[in-house]
Amino acid sequence: MFRYTKATALREVLVWAVALLTLLPFYFLVINALKPDEELLTTGSSTPPSRPTIENFTEVLTAGGDSNILLGLFHSVVITVGSIVGLVAFGSLAAYVLARTTARWGSVAFYLFLVAIVLPTQLGLIPLYIGARQIGLVGSVWGMVVLYVGTLMPLAVFLYAGFFRNLPRDYEEAAALDGASPARVFFRVVLPLMAPATGTVAILTGLIVWNDFFSALIFLGGSDSQTLTVSMYYYVGSLVSAWNKIFAIVIISMVPILAFYLFAQKRFIQGFAGGIK
Amino acid sequence: MTATMGTPQDTGAVVRGTVPAAGGGRPARSRRSRPLITYGRWWWALPAVLAVLLIHYVATAGGAFYAFTDWTGIGDFDFVGLDNFRRIVEDPALIGSLENTLFLAFGFLIATNVVGLLLALALNRTLRTRYLLRVLFFMPVVLSPLAVSYIWKFIFDFKGPLNGVLGWFGMAPKTWLADPTLALWAVLVVMAWQTTGMVMVIYLAGLATVPAEIEEAAALDGASTWRRFQHITLPSIRPSVAIASTLMLIQGLRVFDQVMALTGGGPAGATETLATQVYKETFALSNFGFGAALALLLTLIMLVFSVLQQAATKDRS
Repeated sequence: MFRYTKATALREVLVWAVALLTLLPFYFLVINALKPDEELLTTGSSTPPSRPTIENFTEVLTAGGDSNILLGLFHSVVITVGSIVGLVAFGSLAAYVLARTTARWGSVAFYLFLVAIVLPTQLGLIPLYIGARQIGLVGSVWGMVVLYVGTLMPLAVFLYAGFFRNLPRDYEEAAALDGASPARVFFRVVLPLMAPATGTVAILTGLIVWNDFFSALIFLGGSDSQTLTVSMYYYVGSLVSAWNKIFAIVIISMVPILAFYLFAQKRFIQGFAGGIK
Repeated sequence: MTATMGTPQDTGAVVRGTVPAAGGGRPARSRRSRPLITYGRWWWALPAVLAVLLIHYVATAGGAFYAFTDWTGIGDFDFVGLDNFRRIVEDPALIGSLENTLFLAFGFLIATNVVGLLLALALNRTLRTRYLLRVLFFMPVVLSPLAVSYIWKFIFDFKGPLNGVLGWFGMAPKTWLADPTLALWAVLVVMAWQTTGMVMVIYLAGLATVPAEIEEAAALDGASTWRRFQHITLPSIRPSVAIASTLMLIQGLRVFDQVMALTGGGPAGATETLATQVYKETFALSNFGFGAALALLLTLIMLVFSVLQQAATKDRS
């Protein structure tokens, strides 16, 4: 029944039309980022530039102070990588123990993580901000890593626990019976097997950290450690309607994540489709 | 994500000396009181448990505590009982931002689920380029909402492409982001545009579980497309509906980035949401106690809705 008929071809064309319409914003983004200043006013907003230029990109990349995009990029990379490392390390260890233990406290602790997934972070951020201010962690890259590791830990533990529950224990049993210590079993047997789950955890949490604006604005706004989103917010705010410059920043902010997405699109999509439930 | 939280139950054989090994193939273990094999050590979970206790539970409890005070972030504070909440209820601007939040959240929930499901149905099975299309439709999901909002701010600009299109049809240009009614819809469009691909992917995963043979059989028996959808497809994807709608509702309720980038809450507070008000009151105006009260309100709304959503879309199997 599900053969390729004329109706299917028509549907395919129709879906492509919808897709192109959906992606139209990217067209405006690219053509306007390539416009020199004078063409911004003289040409229409949907007309490509007659004299494309990369001046906007060089100007935006060389800006300093609060608007230092490259520095923002650097901070974003450090914070994202640091958070992923923390989440993978502590999340996998905790989830492994919780998924394997038969002790009563194990299920109690697991529910602690489950409930925290639904618990929104907005309310907790206020005391966290005050606490961080007292110990000097506001405006600090490492403070942000700690914050993200804490806020996203429930998600990481939940994803890992689901994976470990479906992972057969046979290998671990065999290794343990051969005399391997629990640590050895984990690092030699479990760790190599959990790569798919680690991929999902890294992608889902990394994306949230990379794109986060709310807590990054609160904790890093105006500091020397602004992430890309925060730098972009302040820079764009100062540009009013210099759309060619704004779009150059927007493109620079999108390139790393888009490259990563196109490179690992299957993992991204699977992570969102399967990992999140 | 809450839909399946309780489901992955521990099914593996429990390898303990006291319990004979379950699962058929395994040899019987000797009966000893001490576990024969321990998996990991309990303290391995400690860092994660402490982090979640501190950063989720203690912090949230602390926030709830401040909601009943008049703290300004420095020095002493007094308990003011329900004064903060009375102020919220009596302030038409804050009630307005509550209404905006609910409008955006439910509009977002409906738009992303309807369009996402339609796209998933269109992309399911037969299309030759369905994998490429899936990659394209999902692409906006990975981008920063802030960056996406700037593109749309340009599209909605008075001299922007949208008014250009209106011009082709001889219609007068509109000030999309400066008009109180239109601005809220504009925020909704940007939110939905960016996230529909995610809902589509969740539904595609659900649709993959619908058995093709049953659908074929129903089609051969003369069931219409709609009836097949209603009686075969929809019951099979109920878990996906639960997940997608819960996720979208929660994401919609905390809308912040798009508003900050597109309108900053304006014109005249017409697009303020609870999250933008929490930010402004707490971190711009240093009304920590009052901001905490707003955040508590937002938290309670999110919790109530996610519980209701769970009850409403619960898998009936």
